[in-house]
Amino acid sequence: MNHNALPLFEVFIRSKRGLDHRHVGSLHAQGHEQALEYARDVYLRRSEGVSIWVVNSSDIVASQESDVEQFYDPMDDKPYRHATHYQLPDEVKNL
Amino acid sequence: MQEKEHERRQQEFDAKVANEERIEPKDWMPHDYRKTVLRQMSQHAHSEVIGMQPEGNWITRAPTLRRKAILLAKIQDEAGHGLYLYSAAETLGTSREDMIAALHLGKAKYASIFNYPALTWADMGAIGWLVDGAAIVNQVSLQRTSYGPYSRAMIRICKEESFHQRQGYQIMLVLARGSAEQKALAQDALDRWWWPSLMMFGPHDAESAHTAKSMQWKLKRESNDRLRQKFVDQTVPQAECIGLKMPDPDLSWNEDRGHYDFGEIDWDEFWQVVSGNGPCNRQRLAHHIKAQQDGAWVREAMHAYQEKQQARSARSAA
Ligand SMILES: [Fe+2]
Ligand SMILES: [Fe+2]
Repeated sequence: MNHNALPLFEVFIRSKRGLDHRHVGSLHAQGHEQALEYARDVYLRRSEGVSIWVVNSSDIVASQESDVEQFYDPMDDKPYRHATHYQLPDEVKNL
Repeated sequence: MQEKEHERRQQEFDAKVANEERIEPKDWMPHDYRKTVLRQMSQHAHSEVIGMQPEGNWITRAPTLRRKAILLAKIQDEAGHGLYLYSAAETLGTSREDMIAALHLGKAKYASIFNYPALTWADMGAIGWLVDGAAIVNQVSLQRTSYGPYSRAMIRICKEESFHQRQGYQIMLVLARGSAEQKALAQDALDRWWWPSLMMFGPHDAESAHTAKSMQWKLKRESNDRLRQKFVDQTVPQAECIGLKMPDPDLSWNEDRGHYDFGEIDWDEFWQVVSGNGPCNRQRLAHHIKAQQDGAWVREAMHAYQEKQQARSARSAA
């Protein structure tokens, strides 16, 4: 059996309650259940997390670095979205 | 047997809360905890969205193109905050449609402050400085709320709030240093927004129906009165810095307490606005309902497009 024929899953782990799940890597498995088990074996051998998400890699839609212009360029001319844009006297506190 | 199981789960839940661990969506949680956190998140989400109305009122009348761009960016952030919070609420299995329907039926509430009108440009300053300022005090405390998705939404939101408050304060500063007429405009806005801002923290602790339970669950981390005091203590010196006067004759620094003393809130007014009789309650809700109805064709078009796409890919797969 050709291992590469198995679908690819992306693995996300929540290392601690209260934190977001973070992407840790990917693995091949025959289905979601198996991907969860493999993820445990591959990424959680030292209790690195309290919760696992597995997602079919083919279900992930990603932007590309070459999209950077159309995605982020318009942000460059909006410095006023940052708090530091507003000059206030030094004696003003807690703002 | 079942009772034992329930008891065990309750103990597990209590231990997590006691240990400062967060409760995550798939965890078991007491029915009332779920109900309370849902109510709080939906109310918070609706507040972000309804809160766009008083400021939206001034977009077309901002004094300069720069101020207009800033105001737009600020309001856009508030829309984003609403989205963060609706999706945090959806982790508990409720739907956005249900939450909005509850709002329209008057079953779900939003922050009463947004039932006051924004009458002049200076109100854009007062809202950013005071209303966002009060919201920040509350939200900073809620970064440690026990429900994980709510806590994470608060952390994200707090990162964006500082800009809101600073742009508002800067509007006030410019007006306060301007002509006599401009300074009067700033003072008038402060006079009208100061007390409603203090009301944002809710009733006194002794009269707050939900406080005790929420504190026990660590959904709420600090009491209404403590948060209000924190806000007063940091805001009074900010007013002094720009030569504006707080509309409270009883306001004074209390050396012994290390806090400002301040006058009593007009609780009759507070309850009037909460129960639907503020200056703009009907207008705010009517506007939201109209916007929802006017947008119906866009949602329908999106559904039609989705169905068409699905039919097309089904055909090409066949
Ligand atoms: Fe906000
Ligand atoms: Fe804000």
